[in-house]
Amino acid sequence: MTKHEITLKVNGKLHELKVEPNELLLNVLREKLCLTGSKYGCGIAECGACTILVGGKSYMSCLVPAISADGWDITTVEGLADGDKLNPVQQAFVDNSAIQCGFCVPGMVVTSTALLLDNPAPDEEYIKDYLRGNYCRCTGYVAMVKSVMDAAAKMKCDQ
Amino acid sequence: MVNTRILDAEFGYLAPTALDEALDILNSKNKVKVLAGGTDLIVHIKVGAEVEMDYMLDIKRIEELDYVQLREHCCDLDEVCCIGANAKLSRIEKEAVIVERYPALAKALSLMASISVRNMGTMAGNICNASPVADSVIPAICYGARIKLKSADGERVLPLEDFFVAPGVSVIKPNELLTNIALPKPKPHTGASFIKKTRVRPDVAKISVGVVIERDGDKVANCRIAMGAIAATPAYLKSIGDSIVGKTMSEQLIKETAAAAARTIKPIDDNRTTAEYRTAIAEILTADALAEAWKNAGGEL
Repeated sequence: MTKHEITLKVNGKLHELKVEPNELLLNVLREKLCLTGSKYGCGIAECGACTILVGGKSYMSCLVPAISADGWDITTVEGLADGDKLNPVQQAFVDNSAIQCGFCVPGMVVTSTALLLDNPAPDEEYIKDYLRGNYCRCTGYVAMVKSVMDAAAKMKCDQ
Repeated sequence: MVNTRILDAEFGYLAPTALDEALDILNSKNKVKVLAGGTDLIVHIKVGAEVEMDYMLDIKRIEELDYVQLREHCCDLDEVCCIGANAKLSRIEKEAVIVERYPALAKALSLMASISVRNMGTMAGNICNASPVADSVIPAICYGARIKLKSADGERVLPLEDFFVAPGVSVIKPNELLTNIALPKPKPHTGASFIKKTRVRPDVAKISVGVVIERDGDKVANCRIAMGAIAATPAYLKSIGDSIVGKTMSEQLIKETAAAAARTIKPIDDNRTTAEYRTAIAEILTADALAEAWKNAGGEL
């Protein structure tokens, strides 16, 4: 297959890459850009472990042909923190010990970050509904929902 | 189940920026598959379904297909709301015109899959996937939606319910692209409802029911009922809806209509539920959906 040149902006940095049409964005992020935070879970957009932000909206990178992402502005879990300062969602996950095996957490944190961009003052029901596409097989949902609530409260106070 | 980390397929990739170019590609090449959100096509390839694809035609860059807008005239209808093939599901569900005019569609979209899938997927894709359980299709049929299929040779307009042939099969020709969904303006005193049964929230429906009723005082002026996951295609129960036009609405009429609806359907057993359960609950859900739509139309029971 022909290789195509694409440009991806990932976490603020431009990358020029050559990809074949059957390469998926998740694999390119993990294997070519060494950004292994996004995880390969189910591979068919059911579990949410591969969630990234595209222009601030959550996408599942396991279903995106990398070639079709040419020109996209992408944020992965590695791009959420400002240097050593975690973003409010990440910090709340740490403070609430909302991490068990940790495999789902990058997707969970990325989706929760998108959630707070969409709705800075969510209630518990809204959070549960928004996170319905992110599975935690350790079933640690209670602490995660509380973390998002805490992050929203923290962001409100910081304004 | 095969589920590879890369796509186990070899194909050429084409990403035109103009609709005409896309139609030319569909017309001149064989075995072209259209990529919009990819939330069905890529899954099909990954799980090893038979996908004959020499070319992937990515239509995401065709900006002229990304719209949700009111038009005076389109698809032989006046005052329509048009949804372009590139409009994302999560955008459609939030558009003021959809929320206000077509609340049952907005509800169905908000209940689909997960937010990430809705950020990627399109309503045109949901339709073209031709699943008997497509969430956006059920309320759209009730609202009397029409679709436009374009090709290099011209275009044709179809009522949405006439699009489907079998699971995954529709009347679309290899050189055609579904470019536009047109929703007619509901008449005054119209109410709608959509009910979907799932085990957990992001699930595909075990069964879904949509109703749009137009009210004339205490009588039914028009009624359209559609059901998902009870036949090989999304089902428009035309004769059931038509049978109550002109009648005075009552709890008894709802009960009889729901029972008649449940008698017409021929669901199957599958991995989501059984035919027995579907038949039993179809009656209850149809009754609930009729009552809700009637109330939303300003009617009393």
